[in-house]
Amino acid sequence: MGAPAGPPPAIELRGIDKRFGAVHANHAIDLVVRRGHIHGIVGENGAGKSTLMAILHGFYQADAGTILVNGDEARIRDSRDAIRLGIEMVHQHFMLVERFTVLENVMLGAEGGALLARGAARARAELRRLGAQYGLGVDPDALVEDLPVGAQQRVEILKALYRGAEVLILDEPTGVLTPQEADDLFRVLRALRDQGRTVLLITHKLREIMAITDRVSVMRTGQMVAHRDTATTTPAELGELMIGRRLAAPAPLPPMPRGPVLLEARGLSVRDPAGVERVKDADLVLRGGEILGIAGVAGNGQGELLEALTGIRRPVAGEIRFAGETVFPGPGFDAAGLRRRGLGHVPEDRLRSGLLRQDSAAASAILGYQNDPRWRRGGLLSPAAMAAHAAGLMRDFDVRPPEPALRSALFSGGNQQKLILGREIERDPKVLLVGQPTRGVDIGGINAIHQRLLAHRAAGRAVLVVSVEIEEILALSDRILVMCDGRIMGELTAAEANERELGLMMAGVTPDEAA
Amino acid sequence: MTEALDILLPVLGATLRLATPLLLAALAGLFSERAGIVDVGLEGKMLVGAFAAAATAAVTGDVLPGVLAAVAASCLLGMVHAYGCITLRGSQVVSGMAINIIASGLTATLALAWFGMGGQTPALPAAARFLPLDLPGADALADVPVLGRIYASLIGGQTMLVYLALLLVPVSAFVLARTRFGLRLRAAGEHPAAVDTAGVSVARLRYAGVLIASVLCGIAGAYVATAQGAGFQRDMIAGRGYIALAAMILGGWRPGRILLTCLLFGLLDAVAIRLQGAVLPGIGAFPVQAIQALPYLLTVVLLAGFMGRAIPPRASGQPYVKER
Amino acid sequence: MSAPAALPRWVDLVLLPALNLALALAITALLVLLTGGEPGAALRALAVGSVGSTDAIGYTLYYATNMAFTGLAVAVAFQAGLFNIGAEGQAYLGGLGVALVALNLEGLPPVLLLAMAIAGGAAFGAAWAAIPGWLQARRGSHIVITTIMFNFLAASLMVYLIVNVLIAPGSMSPETRRFAEAASLPSLSVLGFAPSVPVNLALILALVAALGVWLLVWRTPWGYGLRVVGQSPDVARYAGIDEGRVIIAAMALSGALAAGVAVNELLGAQHKLLLGFTGGYGFTGIAVALMGRNHPAGVLLAALLFGALTQGGAEMAFEVPDVPSEIVVLIQGLVILFTGALGTMLRPVLARVLAPARA
Repeated sequence: MGAPAGPPPAIELRGIDKRFGAVHANHAIDLVVRRGHIHGIVGENGAGKSTLMAILHGFYQADAGTILVNGDEARIRDSRDAIRLGIEMVHQHFMLVERFTVLENVMLGAEGGALLARGAARARAELRRLGAQYGLGVDPDALVEDLPVGAQQRVEILKALYRGAEVLILDEPTGVLTPQEADDLFRVLRALRDQGRTVLLITHKLREIMAITDRVSVMRTGQMVAHRDTATTTPAELGELMIGRRLAAPAPLPPMPRGPVLLEARGLSVRDPAGVERVKDADLVLRGGEILGIAGVAGNGQGELLEALTGIRRPVAGEIRFAGETVFPGPGFDAAGLRRRGLGHVPEDRLRSGLLRQDSAAASAILGYQNDPRWRRGGLLSPAAMAAHAAGLMRDFDVRPPEPALRSALFSGGNQQKLILGREIERDPKVLLVGQPTRGVDIGGINAIHQRLLAHRAAGRAVLVVSVEIEEILALSDRILVMCDGRIMGELTAAEANERELGLMMAGVTPDEAA
Repeated sequence: MTEALDILLPVLGATLRLATPLLLAALAGLFSERAGIVDVGLEGKMLVGAFAAAATAAVTGDVLPGVLAAVAASCLLGMVHAYGCITLRGSQVVSGMAINIIASGLTATLALAWFGMGGQTPALPAAARFLPLDLPGADALADVPVLGRIYASLIGGQTMLVYLALLLVPVSAFVLARTRFGLRLRAAGEHPAAVDTAGVSVARLRYAGVLIASVLCGIAGAYVATAQGAGFQRDMIAGRGYIALAAMILGGWRPGRILLTCLLFGLLDAVAIRLQGAVLPGIGAFPVQAIQALPYLLTVVLLAGFMGRAIPPRASGQPYVKER
Repeated sequence: MSAPAALPRWVDLVLLPALNLALALAITALLVLLTGGEPGAALRALAVGSVGSTDAIGYTLYYATNMAFTGLAVAVAFQAGLFNIGAEGQAYLGGLGVALVALNLEGLPPVLLLAMAIAGGAAFGAAWAAIPGWLQARRGSHIVITTIMFNFLAASLMVYLIVNVLIAPGSMSPETRRFAEAASLPSLSVLGFAPSVPVNLALILALVAALGVWLLVWRTPWGYGLRVVGQSPDVARYAGIDEGRVIIAAMALSGALAAGVAVNELLGAQHKLLLGFTGGYGFTGIAVALMGRNHPAGVLLAALLFGALTQGGAEMAFEVPDVPSEIVVLIQGLVILFTGALGTMLRPVLARVLAPARA
């Protein structure tokens, strides 16, 4: 092949392959990243982006393939090798010691001598210089745990620059940021590019790709499917490449008569265990025969709202009414009690809380309903009845493989989700609350799950869907509430909602201001 | 004044001597836990240290080979713990308990097999023990009222290991707070993935933490057998390893506060010994058990958050696994 | 990420524990050899001493009874995700409950007196364990540290009570007076053991307790909740299971089971409360539970094994000079190490060896 003119690319990957057991996370990946570019890598959750970057950063070892840095073949066995080659990574979950100061975090691994004192003076000066150059000001003596998330991310970038990053990898950096913080981040990234450094941006948000990258590579199910210059592509094309089909405008939901109010919250406030108020004075009304979507950037209080509505977490103020009765404040407000009243709940993080990973699917299939007489014989649990129940769910909800005795952890994400959804829907709950219905679920599974939720709506039940995927919210909802920083920013009907307006509200702009 | 000194000086001297093994072992626990490895096996490592020290000192007639043997034996057990917890990522508490039980059985077995004295080692002669050091000028100061006696029998008149243990407090504080090694060690106990992504080996740091802990436990065991006592007896550590664990927790995983806690525990012990058999008017025999139980009670109360809050290193007790 | 190698069930349940035990025995034999002893003779003495005669078997079962109780205690707590190191102290306090009933309610009919004494022991053991449970559930104290501290608190308390309060008047040795004859559990001499052999009805109670634990933990909704808490507190919260209540109840159950040692020792063998009667069975229970995979059936088998080792070890100490009975403690420690902490050491090896056979 004809060697391209000019300097060699900052990074070149050839045939990178990686498996985790049965999962083929990276499939013979090729990638060329030009020096001084902001290069986006886009793909759905689970497409293999993070694994690929972890290999580049030495966190994992590729099973096959070569990595070239500045045209030279490089062996990256661990993070130390990567750092030596000037490759630094800002992880999605920050690699910061929370009880250390900013200075200690920046120095960790690059202390500049056996005693800290000398290196500290140098690091302090360098932090000041970098802060001024890139607009990354942070108090070096502040404890990281006292800093807001945006500032913590700046510490991560400072840390990378302090260690001499030539190539900076950022893994979903805006997921935890407010829109303002995201804008600040993009400003920093452009400044880095203008200084000749290379930035690799992993994201699943097309808007970010279009806003800031020079070039973009698209991954889908472990494979690299396309490379484009950002200037010559469109979000529609990228979206199509990401999911492998053309994005169609969601079909309008079939009309339903207005049902009775089944779930109502007034002035709800919820604090997390650390005492931070995560939901602030929220009101919502949910009727039979409708799906209410709650949109928002992850971590803006949706999780805590869901926990309060399902009785897992006690609100600190407000009122919750279920099917016309006040359940909070009141005695016996807990998850088990609400379940008995007819509330189904598919949790946001199914692996952490939705099933018993180390136990059989049959055991997971009665989770939350273990007292149900259907699988009790003379007061004792009947393994046969439990297995029969699980087999029935698996048949009705197309869970594969249909083996009740199989350990829950061994099912794929989509099949786990179908099992949980089946467990919660099978009892025909008056109100069904669903967090992130299709996170980590493949395309086929997504469709099946959406159909189930729509069927529950059609049966006159009330459904509430919390999702960070705008498209999902638009496809499922009769009405949409948008949450930002614990507040409900406003309500839209499906007919009037569009991505742009939702995006603005998710960013904290009220509809009136937007108009 | 002299009467007060007559009572006070022996009690305070005993406090120092009783606090020393606690201090060494608590600092051991500190280095291990700051690196992220919970160490409930302090007791067992001290026990093998005590046995190795007594046995070697008895055979060689010299105390220094005894200390070296104690350190070596303790390190051997410590490395088993480290291999199980760090390399194999087993349960740290289970491993620590195993270490304690193994140490108890092993020392009793070896003591009988080698010395055949019903599980003891021979009583050590003076040369094979640590003896109190006389500080220079003690004689000259002997006539100075109060201070002379304090200098001779409290500040001086202690064994070398007492001074070593006290010296290790500022040394530990310095190493943890002011050195590259200390920074990395603390990071390994708080957020090991941050250490890993900074290009530093978490496993190596944790091994180092356990190794330091083992060395200190070995010295603590040697102290019990060759400075406090004069030979090995079955299970002679008698729970000091657990009290050290309590002292480390009460000391908030910080060297200075650990010193204060150990001195407090040493004082309680000294007072309990002093009051053994004393009769209180109206109550009868003084319940020394109440004083002996105080360290454990204080630890429970602190852990329950009824006074202050005990915050251990965030990642302690958890094996480091790269997560997908 | 290296997922734990998937092995056939029989490997996990039978082969691995057997290999771990063999490894512990091999290391112990090596130690005997290195110290100039004869491992062969020692092992033979161990075997003969433990199962070589009816009476030896009787003693083995007597020790195994204690270990079954503490093993069950540790296993129940473990199923709830709790590492109870405090079975020793709980058994000790259980002894207080047993003794208080036996000494103060002598007038009752024997059956009732025994039932009350057992209930008293269980109640005291349960209460002593429930406190660390409560502290963990409601105050966030770490159960491992708290139960360690509670062992020492129990020891101090019991020394004080026995030496200063409960001691038989005029006695020099620290123990209470003898319980009334009515407070004796029947011996199992009907099975052919000599009357001097202390194995008693508590053995049957231990078997019943094992069955009860299995039904309760594996076959009731409450036990399901307990195991959910043990697997993941997050899942328990989601499912509406009150984690705190489960922790306290699981610890209470664990403590009540540990008190079985007091029933076997005080009502079945010693007939009085004395210092240190718990003899380390609380810690042996950890080895028993780990080896028995925290399942009642496994616990019973492991208890039998360790009971045999204890009895055989005592005999061996007589037969073979220079090998003390404490060597059994070493074996216990090694088993804990291999099954607990080094448990994963053999798995990859086995997975490789067995792979072609399964392909």
